[in-house]
Amino acid sequence: MKQSDSNKELANQAFELAASGTEQKYLLRLYIAGSTPQSNRAVANIKVICEEHLKGLYELEVIDLYEKPYLAAGEQIIAAPTLIKQLPLPLRRIIGDMSDTDRVLVGLDLRKANQK
Amino acid sequence: MKETKEQIQSIALEKSPTGIKGLDEITFGGLPKGRPTLVCGNAGCGKTLFAMEFLVRGALQYNEPGVFLAFEETIEELATNVASLGFDLNELIAQKKLFIDHVHIERSEIEVTGEYDLEGLFIRLNYAIESVGAKRVVLDTIESLFSGLSNSNLLRAELRRLFRWLKDKGVTAIITGESGDKTFTRQGLEEYVSDCVIVLDHRISEQSSTRRLRVAKYRGSIHGTNEFPFLIDETGFSVLPITSLGLDYHVSSERISSGIPRLDTMLGGKGYFRGSSILVSGTAGSGKSSSAASFAVAACERGEKVLYFALEESPNQIMRNMLSIGIDLEFWVKKGLLLFHSIRPTFCGLEMHLANMFRAVKDFSPKSVILDPINSFIIGTNEMEAKLMMIRLIDYLKLHQITGLLTSLTSLQSATEQTDLGVSSLIDTWLLLRDIEIGGERNRGLYILKSRGMKHSNQIREFLLTDHGVELMDVYVGPEGVLTGNARSAQESKESALKLYSKLEVQRKQLEMERKRKAMLAQIELIKLEFEKDEAEALKIIDTEQARALRLAEDREEMGRNRQADAPNKESIETQ
Repeated sequence: MKQSDSNKELANQAFELAASGTEQKYLLRLYIAGSTPQSNRAVANIKVICEEHLKGLYELEVIDLYEKPYLAAGEQIIAAPTLIKQLPLPLRRIIGDMSDTDRVLVGLDLRKANQK
Repeated sequence: MKETKEQIQSIALEKSPTGIKGLDEITFGGLPKGRPTLVCGNAGCGKTLFAMEFLVRGALQYNEPGVFLAFEETIEELATNVASLGFDLNELIAQKKLFIDHVHIERSEIEVTGEYDLEGLFIRLNYAIESVGAKRVVLDTIESLFSGLSNSNLLRAELRRLFRWLKDKGVTAIITGESGDKTFTRQGLEEYVSDCVIVLDHRISEQSSTRRLRVAKYRGSIHGTNEFPFLIDETGFSVLPITSLGLDYHVSSERISSGIPRLDTMLGGKGYFRGSSILVSGTAGSGKSSSAASFAVAACERGEKVLYFALEESPNQIMRNMLSIGIDLEFWVKKGLLLFHSIRPTFCGLEMHLANMFRAVKDFSPKSVILDPINSFIIGTNEMEAKLMMIRLIDYLKLHQITGLLTSLTSLQSATEQTDLGVSSLIDTWLLLRDIEIGGERNRGLYILKSRGMKHSNQIREFLLTDHGVELMDVYVGPEGVLTGNARSAQESKESALKLYSKLEVQRKQLEMERKRKAMLAQIELIKLEFEKDEAEALKIIDTEQARALRLAEDREEMGRNRQADAPNKESIETQ
């Protein structure tokens, strides 16, 4: 139920964004499993990266799977932490503590894999 | 002492019954409770179905809800796939007896950016387990993770943690894995899941497929170690643990007729033992099917059910052919006592045949089973498998006190005794039908090669197919050997002529004796008469003489008196 609701919500947001015609907005969700050092690193890292590269263009939601375990199945999450780039398409899953900034940027389509 | 025994029992491995037919017998109770079991095998060997049946049976029969974590198929696909086994997954999901979670991993979507773990999967699984209160968990196939995520060292560590976690959760788990080249699974999962390993196999030989199951490892428990054939059909999985049976089945001393009266006489006067296995072997056209049909009819007449596995002819053909020798099988088929089961040996693998036969026997529960002929199962070079199959079949029949009559076609070239799939050692009564060629004729002969536990005739009988069934005739064993057919008839008429002749001779002798006796009696009569005549004459003379002597004495006395003489003394008279 909650799963489909959130999907609908996302779809609406995507529609609004596309309709507004403004610059592509990034919709990011970071799923973590408890506040482990790994989780904390991931949150800190992604915040830095977003502020640096997507200032004002992103929405980041941090979700603790322990609090909402039902989301794990719906979002097809197996690894933690997992950052899901819901928008812009294509959907991407960026897993790990986000310490490899280059790979995070590749995952966010901000940099091509072969680019410097 | 008692206490320690109880203690030992209480710490002994608890088992979780799978509900899969036969598997619980091989494993003596099921899979290790609260521990993970590895089920591995090639693609298409039935791993997923095995795992799903474990969950469904657990939910339905043992009230243990289950979680299915599917890495390869979606819920809809799974539901469709197992619907053919009669499982309604959607119903079970609705009843909260089953939870299916499809884990989708798309490598192209994933970017790895540093340290991570599989806590997400743990959370998912935990959520699934708790939402239905699962006691059973299936991970199918967890190795898919390796294709989705590249860091295999990390995956291994996480899998180890996962299996540990499953154990701590106390769920009985099945982890499936594809077979590797040298290891049970491609990723060596057996390193982590080492409590119980079940290997499924699907192999093709001589164009027939055979599925087999083997319990490769079962820590803390005894288990059958052989490869057991198994089947997947509309009732699900079934493993055939027949060879695990001991030889301690109950034996009956009841005797049943063979359907051929003279054969019963040859078999100690009473026929076969109930529950024994009988082999009728012979060359083509020697009357194997006819003797089988006679046996079937005899059983039906006793009101017992007979299951006839026809491997070469169609039931209609058999019924028509047997009618020609006066055996009406159709009557019993209509009565429901005789059931034909036609099998094309090439139709499927031996194991499938075996399982089908077991099921047919189970469904019909006959007292006797006929298999005609067993050689048909040998296709190509599978003699060994066919033999094993027959052993299992015979064992099964014996265990269930079912009399089994098997026929076997022997080729003319091979030695008579070296036949029959090498099952002769399992056979209790072995009849051999053979052709006897004498005087330009081919006739049928029958003898009992062996019959355990009873006195039996060692003689050859001629086997006749008459208008009213099978008959056995004496054969003549003379200087020229065994006589059958016309030679026997000729010998018979010769002998009956001889008999007639000697009968007349006896009559003649008897008459002569009578005549002689009469003559003797007549002579005796004559002598007697002569003697009587002589005797009468002699008596007459004696009387006359006595009378004369008396007269003389009287005269002398008279004379004396006349002379007045003294009376003479009597003595002087008598001396005269």
